[in-house]
Amino acid sequence: MSVAVRQPGPVIEAEPIRSRRGIVWETIKRRPSAALGAGILLVVVVCAVLAPWIAPYDPHEQVGPVFGRPSWSHPLGLDDGGIDMLSLLMWGCRISLVVGFAATFVSMVIGGTIGLAAGYFGGRTDNVLMRITDYFLVIPDVPLMIVVAAIWGPSLFHIVIVIGILLWTSTARVIRAQVKSVRERVYVKRARALGAGHTRIVVRHVLPQVAPLLIANTVLTIAVAIFDETALAFLGLGDPSRISLGKVIENAFQRAAISTGAWWAIVPPGALVAVIILGCSLLGGAIEDALNPRLRVAHLSAKSFRLRPLVGRSPDAV
Amino acid sequence: MSSLLELDDLHVWFDLGEGRELHAVQGVSLSLDAGQRLGLVGESGCGKTTTVLGLLGLLPPTASVSGRVVFNGKDILAGGEDSIRPHRWTDLAIVFQGAMNALNPVQTVSAQIVEALEVHGSASGRAARSRVGELLEAVGIPRDRGNRYPHEFSGGMRQRAAIAMALACNPSVLVADEPTTALDVMVQAQILELLDALCRDFGLALLLVTHDLPVVAQLCDRAAVMYAGEIVEQGPVDALFHDSRHPYTRLLFAATPDLHSDGALAAIPGAPPRLDRPLEGCPFHPRCDRVFSRCPHEHPALKRLDGDREAACHLNDVPAEVA
Amino acid sequence: MSANDRLLEVDELVVHYPVGRGIVGTMARRPRETVRAVDGVSFTLERGELLALVGESGCGKTTTAQTVLRLLEPVAGRISFHGDDITSLGQRELRPLRRRMQIVYQDPYESLDPRLTVRKAVEEPLVIHRAGGSKAERAELVQDALERVELSPPGLFLDRYPHELSGGQRQRVAIAAAIVLGPELLVADEPVSMLDVSVRAGVLALLDRLRRDGLGVLMITHDLSTAAHFADRIAVMYLGRIVEEGPAASVVSDPQHPYTKALLSVVPRRDPRERTRPQILRGEAPDAVRIPAGCRFHPRCPIAIDDCRRIDPALEPAGGSDHMAACILAG
Repeated sequence: MSVAVRQPGPVIEAEPIRSRRGIVWETIKRRPSAALGAGILLVVVVCAVLAPWIAPYDPHEQVGPVFGRPSWSHPLGLDDGGIDMLSLLMWGCRISLVVGFAATFVSMVIGGTIGLAAGYFGGRTDNVLMRITDYFLVIPDVPLMIVVAAIWGPSLFHIVIVIGILLWTSTARVIRAQVKSVRERVYVKRARALGAGHTRIVVRHVLPQVAPLLIANTVLTIAVAIFDETALAFLGLGDPSRISLGKVIENAFQRAAISTGAWWAIVPPGALVAVIILGCSLLGGAIEDALNPRLRVAHLSAKSFRLRPLVGRSPDAV
Repeated sequence: MSSLLELDDLHVWFDLGEGRELHAVQGVSLSLDAGQRLGLVGESGCGKTTTVLGLLGLLPPTASVSGRVVFNGKDILAGGEDSIRPHRWTDLAIVFQGAMNALNPVQTVSAQIVEALEVHGSASGRAARSRVGELLEAVGIPRDRGNRYPHEFSGGMRQRAAIAMALACNPSVLVADEPTTALDVMVQAQILELLDALCRDFGLALLLVTHDLPVVAQLCDRAAVMYAGEIVEQGPVDALFHDSRHPYTRLLFAATPDLHSDGALAAIPGAPPRLDRPLEGCPFHPRCDRVFSRCPHEHPALKRLDGDREAACHLNDVPAEVA
Repeated sequence: MSANDRLLEVDELVVHYPVGRGIVGTMARRPRETVRAVDGVSFTLERGELLALVGESGCGKTTTAQTVLRLLEPVAGRISFHGDDITSLGQRELRPLRRRMQIVYQDPYESLDPRLTVRKAVEEPLVIHRAGGSKAERAELVQDALERVELSPPGLFLDRYPHELSGGQRQRVAIAAAIVLGPELLVADEPVSMLDVSVRAGVLALLDRLRRDGLGVLMITHDLSTAAHFADRIAVMYLGRIVEEGPAASVVSDPQHPYTKALLSVVPRRDPRERTRPQILRGEAPDAVRIPAGCRFHPRCPIAIDDCRRIDPALEPAGGSDHMAACILAG
């Protein structure tokens, strides 16, 4: 049985070899919402990190009267202790962000591991892990946080742990779904047929496909973590020795900022928290959308194809 | 006698963004008479599905179309969507590629056919339901099964349901895009037998789009072979196999294994050209086994040859001894 | 032919899946149902032989192939590789064996990890099994493998990503990755059904060449024409059993089992003048959960007699010593 066969031919179009860029970076470049979100976060983080050097005043030093009005030297006025609001916000950011990132890290580690194990191994492991996840999912977050914070005592460390152990559930579910789907892909099955062990498959084939989604989920979780911290601090359960944005709001609230009419003591910190959360949501949401090809619904648009004038045929055609 | 359906110099471009365009269909002309079966054959990316979507006006907003689609003497493409819509389904119907997987999972099969009838104003209420019964019977689905959901049907039955849906409004032209590709060979035979019977019984004209040459050889009278957005050869199926006038046609047949013939199987090296750039010369020349000096420089026009055939190849201009 | 030349021997292989009953079923105490995907399959494969396992969807051919490689677990039966019983080896003991038996999948667009270059993809098996020696020696083996699959010169392909290659090229890369360890058995699951027609012959010819170099190939296909052209032997499966088996030419020109006859008669021919007289069977194959009693084909069989409802025929010689069919009316 002979077969006339020749070379399979040149590579499809000798284009320069393109490396695969991360989806995250691509998304930031392409989508305005992602760019905006990333921009916001960048500014906030930079300000927070550089606070010791760029904050105009010391956050513990009284530089004027209680609830001093905004002025040129104090653009956001003074708080209930006569401290410059702008500096307070910059310093407060630090704690809020630290707690947000740390708690998210805890939740990502727990949620990612559980999701990975459940999705990859399936079967009983999956069942058991998902039941555990369900229990945690069902617990009302804020009341539990209040109770634990009240019992355990307020310290930064405890706050981070408390928030972390409640946030991991959504990460676990999302990662599990993605891992399950990647696991069924042919090249993963092929790797098993080749004799690859679980570690290799997970590290080399599964994680790279899951990583972008994990990043998106992480960013979104940061938003929630920061919100939770702000809420806890506002309720007086935060670490009293640390200034976080929530604490700033709580202080102002406790010292009757509202009835005094000192809006500058309450609105800016609240707005700042909202802006940070917005930044995270924009960035995380954009990455998630970029990862989900089915969200493109251009075909549902009401417009239809366009017409062009007749091309005309070549002279000796039929 | 003028044909029932005629495509005249159809072009389709897709907008790729950044000023680039994909010229997916490059001047396709076909004609289909009542009761005739025409196969549109080609491999992936040749433009056959885009051609039939273009003829039905089902292209997305990123597409631009030029040319004429003449149905019963009238150019229905001239007014864009508005001039095609009245003819869609009532005169020209299509069974899409993968239609059997595109049935609405939460509606019964009968309900979906009724919907087709009502949307196109062909029938409603009791008349519609009775018509649905007729249609199901015509495609070989027992009437009472119509009240089941698609997931309760096998692949072959779902394809029959899709065909019934296409026939709902009594079209005169049925386009079938890869109707049997995902089906087992026995079910394929059943569906081909069904299409054959439907064409005979209802006088349908059939435009069968497929990459499967033997299916065309069995079901169609004529075929048009597409490559890189153009028709490179067209004629009676018998002539295409026994006396092809384009190397691609010949090689395509030679690459298709047959149950009972032992000849060497051909593989065509290389790949089809990109259609987002202008092409010089014959689109097939880099892969052709009979290429000569004219081919890389001059684009061969589709020329009429003896016996109601056309081919776009310079070899047809050259005397036999030289070729 | 000594036992050691026999590359693969499968004996009465059985693979069943339980079907979940759901809450309602469990409460109503419905009997547990099983999908009898593979229900007693036996065949052999020699070195340098290409055996095509053909059949329609649901016949069990893919399950059989995957079980042979122990990617699925059999419920009963014996699988021998080079005379050694591998049926109940644990996954750890199977690892060294994986070097000697490999698989190529149907979908060239999904077979390759999109993040790995061709070089990494073909090198991966060597790394997994810690074979091939130093980095330089491995690089040479990779180049060698690419040359063998006619992706030449290899330099042109090594740093490409799968999305930059055509379907046929990707499939060749998958084959290269499968042969780089020098296996003796290759399972090819519908290796060309997702490729364009003009590309198929090339890939199949490649498999043919590898076969002539001594590789044993078990090819799964639903395309009888391809099997007729490239296989040495064909085994036709229906509802979990082999109903006919023999040399390809013999099975195609002189089928003994009514199912094979019907199947062959409906395969479209490429010559328009060869209009077939198709023997179209009605309906579709039943569920592998409810396999008919007696001969499993009898409800659809055009020549079934009374006995067929009671007797479950075994594979017996028919139409030649090497040609077997499971039909009481054959031969």
